[in-house]
Amino acid sequence: MININNEHLKDLEAEAIFVMREVAAQFENKVILFSGGKDSIVLVHLARKAFWPARIPFSLLHIDTGHNFEETLKFRDNLAKEFSAELIVRCVQDSIDTGRVVEERGFNASRNKAQSITLLDAMEELKIDVAIGGGRRDEEKARAKERFFSHRNEFGQWDPKNQRPELWNIFNGRKHNGEHFRVFPISNWTELDVWQYILNENIKLPGLYYTHRRKVFSRNGVYLAWAPFMQLKPNEKVFETDVRCRTIGDITCTGVTLSKAKSLEAIISEIAATRVTERGGRYDDKRSEAAMEDRKKEGYF
Amino acid sequence: MKINGKSENKSLLRFTTAGSVDDGKSTLIGRLLFDSKSIFEDQMEHIVQSGKRLGREELDLSLLTDGLRAEREQGITIDVAYRYFATPARKFIIADTPGHIQYTRNMVTGASTADLAVILIDARKGVLEQTIRHSFIASLLDIRHIIFCINKMDMVNWSEQVFSNIKDELGLLSDKLNIIDTHYIPISAKYGDNVVDKSENMRWYTGKTFLNLIETIEIRKNKNPDNKRFPVQTIIRPHTQEFHDYRGYAGRVAGGVFRPGDEVTVLPSMRKSKIKSIDVLGKTLSETITGDSVSISLNDDIDISRGDMMVSTDDLPVISQDINLMICWFNENPMKIGGRYLVKLNSNEAGCIMKAVNYRLNINTLEHDTENRSVNMNDIANISIKTSKPVFFDSYKKNNITGSMIFIDEGTNETVAAGMII
Repeated sequence: MININNEHLKDLEAEAIFVMREVAAQFENKVILFSGGKDSIVLVHLARKAFWPARIPFSLLHIDTGHNFEETLKFRDNLAKEFSAELIVRCVQDSIDTGRVVEERGFNASRNKAQSITLLDAMEELKIDVAIGGGRRDEEKARAKERFFSHRNEFGQWDPKNQRPELWNIFNGRKHNGEHFRVFPISNWTELDVWQYILNENIKLPGLYYTHRRKVFSRNGVYLAWAPFMQLKPNEKVFETDVRCRTIGDITCTGVTLSKAKSLEAIISEIAATRVTERGGRYDDKRSEAAMEDRKKEGYF
Repeated sequence: MKINGKSENKSLLRFTTAGSVDDGKSTLIGRLLFDSKSIFEDQMEHIVQSGKRLGREELDLSLLTDGLRAEREQGITIDVAYRYFATPARKFIIADTPGHIQYTRNMVTGASTADLAVILIDARKGVLEQTIRHSFIASLLDIRHIIFCINKMDMVNWSEQVFSNIKDELGLLSDKLNIIDTHYIPISAKYGDNVVDKSENMRWYTGKTFLNLIETIEIRKNKNPDNKRFPVQTIIRPHTQEFHDYRGYAGRVAGGVFRPGDEVTVLPSMRKSKIKSIDVLGKTLSETITGDSVSISLNDDIDISRGDMMVSTDDLPVISQDINLMICWFNENPMKIGGRYLVKLNSNEAGCIMKAVNYRLNINTLEHDTENRSVNMNDIANISIKTSKPVFFDSYKKNNITGSMIFIDEGTNETVAAGMII
């Protein structure tokens, strides 16, 4: 028997919906940062709950690195259509072509960091004053410090040493021209909460989250999905096995997990027993001690 | 936390930790996370590596929560870090707050959403100014449950006498601060005594271990089901064929229980109507309680906008332009007496003038200071304000949600103070 009246999830859901409604009331041009990953899918679901029977008052903004799992893009397009949400896509490739971004080279080359520039450019172009993200405090130590309403200066930068006090559930979204906010409605959710919520609410996910056959290779103890643009080192062999994604991001930095989990129940059992965090397989966090803090200061999600 | 795909019905306990520097706060959290298997292998590897880089000799568990570069370098906590862990009994959100006085605003941020406060005391040092300050802030924020952990009992020979002396002193403090529910546990966070397992060294202590206490403590929440409060956040008007006439008032219930058919009074217009339906994503609810986010529609088409509030007709909040409150000042710029600020109470906003500082509180002695009335960063004071329009509120003690507000400097847009209405 699956208990759908999970008390702590009800509390977290009510908090997230409250935050979404504050965003709707306090800002002009509002987007959900939509990657096609589970956290952003949960955000869209929460937004539907917050504003039903009206349409969700946010556009979906996808910063496309061009290194996506194809299935994610299909899923993204269908979801936007199903909930009649406006989908806006901005591409890192365009930022590279126009010289805004210099592409990284080498084996660990990733467009992950470049996304910040494409994102900030998109926000300026579209006059977006708030971007809702699926970041959670349990993901990473710098994220553990983030407020629900996180102020960004006119350069899109985060100042973690001088954040606005955030009292009770009274959110101050006031800002000067050119500044914006990042808002994280599911700040207080853990990875397990997200999965239990997906199960309880019967939320559709891309098949990549469930077990499937895939060509992979191993690098520094992390399995990475193989794709034509991935550069292999001489000792790295591609082979096929049963895997699933624990997070979905850019292919170049998303590790996959060996798994035979076919159902949400199986995934939840797997996560409850795991000894590695969700971002343990994320290459983007392994670059340095404060990789996330540094990227966030520059304007990352 | 073996669950086999089933989700257990767990309640959520939000608590905050406080205490002075080096009192073993991080060690206590570290041990809790360890013993509840909430530290993952990659996090462990990370803090081991990081500790080596920083030249720490022993494993430093504070690196788990001190996530910012500056914090790790200086070995201090600047801002609140949130940690999450669960046991089969409950889910916990820990707000690990800074102890230094200059980061009081961050401590208040972390404590403002807590149901319970854990205050650590070094058994060798006893009650310090810091203990009094943190206990006072907890009582000011109306945190009803406080657990005093008397730590480092290993360094005082596990002495029952030392423990009971400190306990007596804290008892007097709690009475003075009107803290309703207090608990005292002698622990050694370093060796784990009375944290998760019962201490072999202190058999004279017969109470619960720390973990057992936070798993079982009953949290008293608000309270009176007739004291209905529903601040309106936004209006839902779909303008679609199917829901052409739907008009829902979206908000989170701030007090009481609402059911379809209940009569409500809408503030500030004082118009009355009855609840037609309570909706969440296609589902109609038969009742909604404090803490729920819902959409409420009414029988009559009356003018309601963001900032208005639906309340029970026979238990109205105070409606006034004059407010007396306790504030905690956060900003480097001192409070301007006679100055204008913006206040936010729930979804309502108004301008205000700071009319008078009635007294400043000496946070270390808890005495009222009526001589020096300048309010600077981290000061706590009793003040009177006048708002630009009538606003509706309760006392903070009656309702933490409708009794709290923040002050914003309109020039800088910064949140400069937190207010708790008396």
